[in-house]
Amino acid sequence: MSERQIQLEVLRYDPETDSEPRFQSYAVPCKNEWVVLDALNYVKENLDTTLSYRWSCHMAVCGSCGMMINGEPKLSCKAFIREYSDKIRVEPLANFPIERDLVTVVEDFIAKLTRVKPYLIPKEDKPISAGEFKQTPAELMKYKQYTLCINCMLCYAACPEYALVPDFIGPAAIALAHRYNQDSRDGGRDQRQEVIATDEGVWECSFVGACSEVCPKHVDPAGALQQVKVASTIDWYKEHLMPWVKK
Amino acid sequence: MSNKPYVREVSKTTWFLNPQQPRYKRYMAREVTCIFIGAYTFLLIVALKRLAEGPDAFQGFLNALHSPLGVLFNLAALVAAVYHSTSWFNVTPQAMPIQRGEEFVPGNIIVGAHYAVWAVVSLIILILGI
Ligand code: SF4
Ligand code: FES
Repeated sequence: MSERQIQLEVLRYDPETDSEPRFQSYAVPCKNEWVVLDALNYVKENLDTTLSYRWSCHMAVCGSCGMMINGEPKLSCKAFIREYSDKIRVEPLANFPIERDLVTVVEDFIAKLTRVKPYLIPKEDKPISAGEFKQTPAELMKYKQYTLCINCMLCYAACPEYALVPDFIGPAAIALAHRYNQDSRDGGRDQRQEVIATDEGVWECSFVGACSEVCPKHVDPAGALQQVKVASTIDWYKEHLMPWVKK
Repeated sequence: MSNKPYVREVSKTTWFLNPQQPRYKRYMAREVTCIFIGAYTFLLIVALKRLAEGPDAFQGFLNALHSPLGVLFNLAALVAAVYHSTSWFNVTPQAMPIQRGEEFVPGNIIVGAHYAVWAVVSLIILILGI
C-alpha cells in the first residue's frame, strides 16, 4: 500500500488561551486511499489529542465534517488526499464563528432552518382513518433533489452574500423551504413565503451560484432560490395586476 | 457554545479578491458587464433625442458613433452583452426547470431554446434594418 508524507496545516483556536487562531503543522504519513478526515484522525490518535473537529459517518451522509480544505468548502470525509499536493491547509468552515479548532458555531443555521418550517403542513386536517396522503412518482420528482440535503453548511461557507449579510436566510434553508412548497401534500407555502420571499430571504441572493458548485449532494440550492424568486414575482403580479385571480 | 467564539472578518470591499475563490471574480466580471449594457441603453436614448432634433443632429450623432472612440465603445459593449447573455442562458435550466411527467427536460434543450430565440430575434432585427 503506497504511502505519502503530507504536511497538514490546521487552523487551531483555543478560546481559553488564544486571542486569535494560528496554524499548526503536522507531518502525516497518508495512505493512498485516505481522505482528509483520515489524516485528522491520525493526528488525533498519534500526534495531538487536543485537536477538535466534528465528524460521524465517514461516508458523506451526516453532514458534520465540513471544513475549508485549501480554501474550498469540502466534506473532509470525501476529500481524497491523492487529489492534493503534499501540503494541505485545513480551516474551519468560512462564514461561521470558530468555537474551537475546526469546530464552528452553527446555531445561526439551525435557527434559520427552524424558521422556514421544514416539515409538511397539510392543506386540511385528515383523520388517520381517511388513509394516507397519496403522491405520484412525478409529484415526488418535483422536489426529490431538495430532499438530498445533509445540512453540511458548505453552501453557507461558499456564499459571499451570507458572509456580508449574516441575516440572509441562505441557500440550504431556502432550498428546504422550496422542497416543502413543491410537495403536493403540503399547504404551508403562504407561511413559508413570509420568511423566504423577503429582503433577507431570496432577494438577498444575487445568484453568485457558489453554493451549488460546492454542494456535495448536487442539491443545487442556487436553482431553488431562483425558482422561488420567479414564483414570488408571479405572485406579486397576480396580486397587483389581477387581484381577482385566486392564488 | 464557548463564551469566546472567534469571528473571522470579511472585507466589505475586497471580498471578491479572495485568491482561493476565483468564482467570485467571475461573478464580479459578470456584474460589471451591466455597466456597459446600461451605458448602451443610455446611448439609444440619446439617439432618439438626436433623431427628434432633426436630420443634421442625427447625422452628427452617427458621425460620433463612427469615431474611433465610438467604435471602441460599441465593441466593448458587444463583448459585455454577449458575455452577460450567454452566462445568463447557461444558468436558465437552474432557474426555470421544465418537468415532463417524471423527467426533467435536459438543460441543454432549455439553453439551446434561448440561443434559438436570440438568433431569430436578431435575424428579424437585421432584416428590418436593411
Ligand atoms: S444544500 Fe448542499 S451544501 Fe448546502 S447544506 Fe445541503 S447538502 Fe450541504
Ligand atoms: S463524516 Fe459524515 S459527512 Fe463526513
